[in-house]
Amino acid sequence: MAEVVVAPIEVKPSEPWFGKNEKKLINDPLHIDNPITVQVLGVCSALAVTTMVKPALIMGISVALVTGFSNLVISLIRNGIPKQIRMIVQLVVIAVLVTIVEQVLKAFSFDVWKQLSVFIGLIITNCIVMGRLEAFAMANKPWPSFLDGIGNGLGYAWILVAIAAIREFFGRGAILGYKILGPSSEFLINTKSSSLLSWYQPNGLMVLPASAMLLITIIIWIQRSKEAKLVDIS
Amino acid sequence: MFSNKYILVYTLVMALISSVSLAFVVNGLKPMHDQNEAVFKKKDILGSIKDQIGVDPSSLSPDEVNKLFSEKVEKVVIDAKGKKVEGADAEGIDLAAEEKKPEQDRKYPLFIYKGDKGNIYLMSVRGNGLWDKIWGYIALKDDLNTIVGAAFGHTAETPGLGAEIKDNANFPKSFQGKKIFEESNYVSVKVVKGGAKNPEHEVDAISGATITSVGVSNMLNKGISVYLPYLESIKNKS
Repeated sequence: MAEVVVAPIEVKPSEPWFGKNEKKLINDPLHIDNPITVQVLGVCSALAVTTMVKPALIMGISVALVTGFSNLVISLIRNGIPKQIRMIVQLVVIAVLVTIVEQVLKAFSFDVWKQLSVFIGLIITNCIVMGRLEAFAMANKPWPSFLDGIGNGLGYAWILVAIAAIREFFGRGAILGYKILGPSSEFLINTKSSSLLSWYQPNGLMVLPASAMLLITIIIWIQRSKEAKLVDIS
Repeated sequence: MFSNKYILVYTLVMALISSVSLAFVVNGLKPMHDQNEAVFKKKDILGSIKDQIGVDPSSLSPDEVNKLFSEKVEKVVIDAKGKKVEGADAEGIDLAAEEKKPEQDRKYPLFIYKGDKGNIYLMSVRGNGLWDKIWGYIALKDDLNTIVGAAFGHTAETPGLGAEIKDNANFPKSFQGKKIFEESNYVSVKVVKGGAKNPEHEVDAISGATITSVGVSNMLNKGISVYLPYLESIKNKS
């Protein structure tokens, strides 16, 4: 029997697996290129699902997973996609992923699925997802594309959770459903009897979508006043 | 540039792969979905009488809900004339689907909770709110007159206004102790603006949600009335 000669594997001078560029892909969308506050995409769901922290958190994670994996899939098949129907291909990939997310949520977290209801389906039309596919995944390798998707999803998620935390606290006196500040003995701080905070009434405006608009604009305001780079670009 | 043939084959293969994978996911998770739906409905039903049960069903695990339901609740299906329908499962009856049938063919579920302090009769009602459907469960004490609990739900009422029928625990609570009969006449319970004057048959409306409040009134009036013939027959038996 002849000995099998194993050809020496050529070692390419490989790019670092998680180098400076990759870090930038995750960090940029969190702050300087945030999908909500800078690109101003996906605002519709940011107004609708931010009354409480838990649905906002699940929504954020779902969107991050969908953007990440749709970017990955599209980037893997980007060279074979016929240019004429690329939008359709992108939409099919997004729709399949979103449907899977919805089915899994319905099976494992039924209450949250009920609360998010139509908004999970609307991830399909969330501009962030398709925007990243067109702008990034169609022209980049799978790994950076995946990171870009996850980064943008997380950038969306943290704004959602931040707004939801403010709205839930001031609107319902609670965080993640734990009652903290409110007008009855069910709350940790009972504003009816507590003399220090007895002036506080849960703010009904915070429960309505309009307050999310106000909060987003305030976040944009703070962000731009701190970051000179952002002031001139839009 | 890709040829037309390539594009055609590409779309076909893509459609095939995505539909097959989705079919697997949906089929695989179907049993869990059905179980979740069933438990959710049971929680909804028991939620209207949580003060009588002594525990809040929404804090129970699925197994505990199923156990409580199978041990304590008797299920009855009645038809539009108030006759008991044998062999039908009350949990399988969806009022949304019944609504589409002609009135004389509709079936209604009645749940009887066998508690320590006598039976509680849980009726399912459905009606129109401002934007979309509203529904609820009304619980009667064993005198078949006094309401001991209520719970409401809605598809799309305005948050902070009409949605308060579900979100504000005080609204369903205000139905407790109301009576649906005056002497022997059926009067239902009305939701009235400007303060309830008749302590036995009226509750306060939600300010800013007039149409939803009127919707609740109408829903109760019509919804409870279909159960009356059956309740009458129970009363005569005992």
